[in-house]
Amino acid sequence: MTAPAATASSRPVARRVTRGRTPAHYLRRSGFYLLIAIFIVVSLFPFYWIVITSLKTPQEIAAGTTSLLPGHITFSNYVDDFTQQDFLRPLLNSVLIAGCTTIITIVLATLCGYGLSRTNIRGKPVFLGFILVANFFPIIAMVGPLFTVYRRIGLLDTYPGIVIADLIYTLPLATFLMSSYFSQIPRSLEEAALVDGSTRLRTVRKIVLPVALPGVFTTAILAFMLTWNDFLLSLSFLTSPSRYTATVAIVSLGQSPYQTYYNLIDAAVVIISLPIALLVLFAQRRIISGLTAGSFR
Amino acid sequence: MTASDQSVAPAGPRSRDQRRGGRHPGDLISQERRFGYLMIAPLLIVLLLITAYPLGYNIWNSFHKVDYLLPPLGAFAGFANYGKLFSDDQFVPALIHTLGFTVVSVSIETVIGLALAVALNKAFRGRGLVRAAVFIPWAVPTVVSAELWRTMFDPQQGFVNFILTKLHLPLASTTWLDSTWTAWAAILVADAWRNTPFIAIVLLAGLQIIPNDVYEAAKIDGANAWQTFRRITLPLLKPALMVALIFRTIQSFLIFDVVYIMTSGGPGTSTDVLAYLNWRAFFTLFDYGYGGAVSVALVVVALVIGGIYVRVFRVEQTA
Repeated sequence: MTAPAATASSRPVARRVTRGRTPAHYLRRSGFYLLIAIFIVVSLFPFYWIVITSLKTPQEIAAGTTSLLPGHITFSNYVDDFTQQDFLRPLLNSVLIAGCTTIITIVLATLCGYGLSRTNIRGKPVFLGFILVANFFPIIAMVGPLFTVYRRIGLLDTYPGIVIADLIYTLPLATFLMSSYFSQIPRSLEEAALVDGSTRLRTVRKIVLPVALPGVFTTAILAFMLTWNDFLLSLSFLTSPSRYTATVAIVSLGQSPYQTYYNLIDAAVVIISLPIALLVLFAQRRIISGLTAGSFR
Repeated sequence: MTASDQSVAPAGPRSRDQRRGGRHPGDLISQERRFGYLMIAPLLIVLLLITAYPLGYNIWNSFHKVDYLLPPLGAFAGFANYGKLFSDDQFVPALIHTLGFTVVSVSIETVIGLALAVALNKAFRGRGLVRAAVFIPWAVPTVVSAELWRTMFDPQQGFVNFILTKLHLPLASTTWLDSTWTAWAAILVADAWRNTPFIAIVLLAGLQIIPNDVYEAAKIDGANAWQTFRRITLPLLKPALMVALIFRTIQSFLIFDVVYIMTSGGPGTSTDVLAYLNWRAFFTLFDYGYGGAVSVALVVVALVIGGIYVRVFRVEQTA
């Protein structure tokens, strides 16, 4: 569009630019930035509030909020969370549970995704339909029966029990993502290896998986986030505080019959939000591409 | 592996291929197929065990008396549990709350999410960082959004009453979570704060695949900004909009974490929702027959919404 103007002479270009910068233009432009600013403030200000609350002394909490700025900054709430409140244990539980769920998800979804995208199995549409529907299964509707079964076979209040249950969150999405990543890889790559006498599984592991690694990584991040965010399943299947995940532990933290200790709660909130916030900053593109690819299927 | 595969004798329907002799295509195809089934089997079995089996169990429970506080268990109950849904004073109010919340929250989040997506689709300096900042609320656990807004709305520690007091506005001494409508407002804010970015992410992806020359053509035709948005952006955004709407509608319909943490359904049962009622049926009433009936109702509604999604998508793809 600018090409004809630029070749004709420099004057029309200059006029075009100045005509764009009318007061109305500046007004629109500043309105736009104002809108962006509002979005940023609404998104991030609550985090600021949580951080300053987490830095307050018990006396300041008792006195109530008097300022937008932090008063006596103290890190004692963080220390208390890890020492007196034993928040480290649930945090490690969360890492362990989310980590195991992610690994199992990746293994199962890699096999399944490859099978779906590369072999001529019958009933593929039915299977894909089931996966799609499974995406919409209400988690709460799995809780009652799984509780009964878990109690009977001794999986209640165990790590394997919660890891298996957490797979409800991850498997449908992971299957869609992995099969779509595999379909994007040219078949010729593995055919060469197969001709050279490599077995199927070896080919998947040595040739296909390395090429699909960015996709595997995306799937893993999303699976980890989905599991890290779980509250309902942990609340239902974990009964002893030593096995609580971070999200369940937060709820019982800082509660007493007389007062809610928001300084302790909010310190814990900051602790479990931090890894996720860093993940978003560094892997934003990956997370978003995985999320949209997963929901557009 | 190749050797062992060859040694497996093809049986039954494959014998017709065998008669043609040697390693023939039919054999390879069925080998390939068997390999495919083996690959999907582990995931399929696990997924059936943790979704279909509990669902079947719930259906069985819902037609039997499975009240752990009133044994014996297991007597056939017909539709008694389903009848109870409509005769007790819990299910219908929770259903109304849930539907109302779903409509209101999804509408608000969609409008703001659309504005957010359109704004973030424009080119400006620092857009990457702004996107990251705006998406962070979606990435944190729902528990975080609930605890965070519980702090924000707290009469002593919260920002909301602090700023209302400073600006001499009404409602400055509200205890938000202690009365029905203000509690709903707080739940709505916590839900919208976390989930609007999700809608924006999906819509932004939809906006990015609209080719630029469509807009240029509209410009040449002299369309103004609103006409362009109304006649070009919105229709082309429809698939993405449907995805966002259906995902959010189902999630919103199943809201649990925020209600459990912020209000526990209170004051009284005025913010009770279906998922929370279902949870109580299992963990405080210990009535798995009634709980099963609530679960089945939830599954049916979720599948209806999911079914609309699948149908709309098939139409979009063939159109």
